[in-house]
Formats: sequence, C-alpha cells, structure tokens
Amino acid sequence: MNRSSITTHLILICGALFMTLPVWVAFATSTHAPETILREGLQILPGGHFFETYNEVLFVEGGVMKKVTATQMLKNSLILGVGFAVGKVVISMLAAYAIVYFRFRLAVPLFWIIFMTLLLPLEVRIIPSYEVVANMGLLDTYTGLIVPLIASATGTFFFRQFFRSVPDELLEAARLDGATSWGFFIDILVPLSKTMIAAILIIMFVVGWNQYLWPLIMTTKEENYTLVIGIKQIYQVLNEGGELPQFQKAFALTILATLPPVLVVLVFQNWFVKGLVESEK
Amino acid sequence: MSGVTLKSVRKTYPNGAEAIRGVDMDIKSGEMIVFVGPSGCGKSTLLRMVAGLESITSGEISIGERVINDVSPSERDVAMVFQNYALYPHMSVRGNMSYGLKNRKMNKTEIDKRVNDAAKMLKIDAFLDRQPNQLSGGQRQRVAMGRAIVRNPQVFLFDEPLSNLDAKLRVQMRIEIKKLQRRMDVTSIYVTHDQTEAMTLADRLAVINEGMVEQMGAPMELYSDPKTLFVASFIGAPQINLIPVTYDGKTLNNGDLKLAGFTNLPENTDLVLGVRPDVLTHNTAGQFGLRVDLVEQHGGENLVYGALKGAKNEDGDELEICLKGGKEMLPSLDESLQLSFDPATAFVFRKDTGERLI
Repeated sequence: MNRSSITTHLILICGALFMTLPVWVAFATSTHAPETILREGLQILPGGHFFETYNEVLFVEGGVMKKVTATQMLKNSLILGVGFAVGKVVISMLAAYAIVYFRFRLAVPLFWIIFMTLLLPLEVRIIPSYEVVANMGLLDTYTGLIVPLIASATGTFFFRQFFRSVPDELLEAARLDGATSWGFFIDILVPLSKTMIAAILIIMFVVGWNQYLWPLIMTTKEENYTLVIGIKQIYQVLNEGGELPQFQKAFALTILATLPPVLVVLVFQNWFVKGLVESEK
Repeated sequence: MSGVTLKSVRKTYPNGAEAIRGVDMDIKSGEMIVFVGPSGCGKSTLLRMVAGLESITSGEISIGERVINDVSPSERDVAMVFQNYALYPHMSVRGNMSYGLKNRKMNKTEIDKRVNDAAKMLKIDAFLDRQPNQLSGGQRQRVAMGRAIVRNPQVFLFDEPLSNLDAKLRVQMRIEIKKLQRRMDVTSIYVTHDQTEAMTLADRLAVINEGMVEQMGAPMELYSDPKTLFVASFIGAPQINLIPVTYDGKTLNNGDLKLAGFTNLPENTDLVLGVRPDVLTHNTAGQFGLRVDLVEQHGGENLVYGALKGAKNEDGDELEICLKGGKEMLPSLDESLQLSFDPATAFVFRKDTGERLI
C-alpha cells in the first residue's frame, strides 16, 4: 500500500467513524440498565440488558407509553412511510405523464406552478391543511395522515425529466400497435421507469418515515403515534412519576426507528443507484 | 391488399411552415414505392401522415377505398418500421412482436402462430426470448420488421430503416426487405435519402423536394429521363456532371469550351448541361479536355476526376467533372484526357427553373 492510499484510507476511516460512532454509542447505551447510565453516562461497550430493554420496549404494555408498545408505533410508521412513498410515486407519475404526453393548454404553466410549490414546505401550509383535514373528520386516521402529504413537486419533476428522455418513437410504435393512453402508460412507461420508481420510493419512504410535525399535530391518540413522535414523547412519559429516567428505552427506540430506513436502503441499494445514474433507456 | 391514394395532400405547421405542398399520388396494390429526397424535404412527414402520426392539413389520403384522414393510427391497418427500431426495451422479442396483436384482443394460439411464423421467416426464431439489448443491430432490425409483419397490415411503412446499420449489413438487409416485400406482396412505402437504396428497392420512385413530388416513375425512367435538374442531380451515383453553359445558336459555350450538336435551345439564357459520368468516353479526337486530379479505383470500374479544360464554374473556379471507365483506365495525375459524348445522351436544363429542355 503506498502513501497516498494510506492517507485516503485514513480519511475514509475517520469519516466512517464520525458517521457511525454516535449510532454505536446509542446502541451500546441502550443495552445497559438505567442506573448504570444515570451513574456513568453514555456507554461505549454493550451491556447485558439487551433482551430485557428491547422486549419491554417492543412488546410490554406500559413499557414505553402508557399502553402503546413500540410495535404499534413501528406499524404506524411503516404505514405512513409506505403510504407516503407509494402515494407520491403514483400521483407524481400520473401528473408527469399528463404534462409530458398530453398536449393541453397551460401544460407548461401548470408544470411551473407545480414546480413552484417546491418553494413552499409543509410548514407554510400546515394550518390550512390541518383545518381541511379536521373538517373532513380525518384526524387520527391514516388517510388524514398520508393524503395531504403525497402531492409531490419533486417526484413530478423527476418523472417529467425521465419521460422526456424516452424516445418519441416508442410512443409512436405503441400508437401503431393500438395501445391506448392507459395501455402505453402501464405497458411501456411504468416498466421503463422501474429503477426510477425504486429510487424515488426509497427516498420518499425515508422522508415519510422521518415526518415529525405533521403526524404530531394530526394524531391525538397514543395508538396513532409514529416512532419518531414516540421518541420525543418517551422522555416526557418516563420522567413522570418521579421514576428513574429510562434513557436506555429512548435509545432503543431511536435504534428501532433507524433500522427500517437502513434496511430499505441496504436491500434496494442496487436499484437505487441504478435509478439515479441510469441513462440508457 | 389495397393501394394508397393521396389527393392534393398538404401539411402546414401552426407556425406557418409548409412541410408538404400538395402531393398527388396513386400507389397500386402490392407496389413498393420509395420516397427519396434530401433531408428536410418532407419525405418523412409524408410517410408519417400516411401512418397517422402527423395530421393532414388538407387533402385526402385513402387506403383502398377508405379515406383515413380521421382514422386513428392503429385502425389504419398500417405497420411501420422506424429508423431506430423503436423496440420496447423491457419486452422480449416475442413480447415486442405480439404487443400489437394483444392490444387487438387476438386469441393466444393465433398470436403464437403468427409470431412463430414471422420469426422463422426472418430467422430470428432462436432469439424469441431475448431482450432487445442482447441483440445486434441487424437482429433488432429484423425484430422491428417482424413486429410489422405479424400484424399482416394493408401497408408497410419504412422510415429509413437501414440507416443505423453498417454498410455491409445495409446491403444485405436491403436485399432481404425487397425479397420479403415481393413474397408478401404488400403495398409498401419506403423513405430514404440514400439514392442507391432508392434505385434498387423501388418499383416506382418519388423524388421529393421542398414538400412536392418532383418526379415519380420507375428508377431507370428517372435515371434516363429526368424531368428536372434536381432529379437528374439527385439520382445516379456518381453524380451527374453539371456544366453551366449558354447557347449562341450553334454551340453550347463556357469560356473556351464549345460543344456542337445541340439545336433548338433558347439563346442568352443560363443553361446547365448534364452529362452522366458513364456516357463520357475517352477519345483522342474528343470535343474537350480533362486534366486528371484523382483516380478512384472501385475494383470493377474506375472513376476519374479532373478539371474541365477551358471552362469555369459559377464561382470562376475550375470545373470538376467525373468520368466512369473500366479498370484498365488508369491515367496518371495531371495527364490530359480528350473526352467526347453523344449529345443525344446529354440533358440540357434551364438554370432558373430547373426545367429540362433536351
């Protein structure tokens, strides 16, 4: 190994440690008893309470919240993440399809209007959105949690760019082959966009999973909490009643909350990279 | 089978650009028609109008007895082969070929039978389950043709199908397309800018220029009897020699060059004399001289390029002409050759209108 390669590796190792060490500390700490944490602070080596902590967090009522277990919150988060990602992909593919392939008046201005909503984050419209959802009686439902979030300018933009790079001849060949507009979309465009869809699904799943503000104001009942909210709530709950702060449970919840996005990215990383770099249609 | 009729067909784009400026054409059933012309002449647009991919501004296109102006592309009963093949990249060869039939709700056994028959005919039956990206250019081209054949259409449309292939394959596919078309006896329209392809494939050839049919006829008819300067210069390889001349009542003149044997031409008008390279002959008592610049040996024949002595082109430079000779004709550089031709085999055009006078 030559000198420059050693330097490169040193930098890489430092970077990797910088990224992974906090995660490791969180994990190691979550496997200790609350007394140890309170007495000695954060732990770098794993302790002996792994099964105890995680079992209590995941399966025992009152383990983290008054009655909801982390399993229920995990389920809520999964439904939000998947619904959010799938909804976004479906909506933005259909929007991009209309913008690229149908000649209607105002197609271009409409696209720019959609694109401009990128400038307006959820927080800007959160009060009107809440009002609408509340009036429709959708508070504390998955519908209310997911639907207001799925309109996506980013997704529409990516799919628009992708569809524009599909050669026109494919559309023409399909028209001669008697494909309907719907048929062309389902039979040709969707399969061609496979890797693109995968990439956007992954990104959006992670974004959806990490939603905090919207689920926080949308959900009033404990059983509708997502994991991300749960982490915040756990300190409050655990501090009540003058018990020992259950830091190990908070860390366990954090680790649990990071796992699904990590797994998704690990499993689908090939597709993900392909979708982002693929240029050949 | 049925023919195709075009009646004063026009195409004007919304921005006012006229792509097709009144085309009348009567294509007989089973005929192979080639549209040929320089790029941007409207030949592809015309083909796409027959296919239904471009709207028709005015006029009428009919296939058989049926006017198809407002019929959707899939119901016109035409099949098209595209320049870049336009195969569906995610479908197998079989999927590509059967997609159109599935959309027509044909039953599965019939689809299989048609796909297998067409694949056998095109010798692609070994690749039916491969994806297009696992095929070579020539094989993709065959799949594209297979996709057209299985539909069993009234009309085949070819949009420069061979231009993405290498030269050798192009010749081979050209022969196959011709054979296939003969065997299936389907009315076909073929668009190309390659005049060799046009000459060899066509039953009749339509030379298109600036959105109009300049001349239509059998390839040899266009070669030996061009109606305009454009047709004469477009058809024939190597290109016809064009010499700007004027007529003084006795001879055609350009500088010191004087050519006798022409009568009944307007005087004091700019004319263009067209002489095919193969009617020029080497003859010591020839009418004019050539200073050899270059000899191209093509194997069976040689092409001699050189400057015409005493004559100038429109820019006042030397006038380069070409002479086709046998392989024994190997003059050295700068050698002078005396040439002659039979005036009856030459054409004279008006320069301003391009109209042929003789």
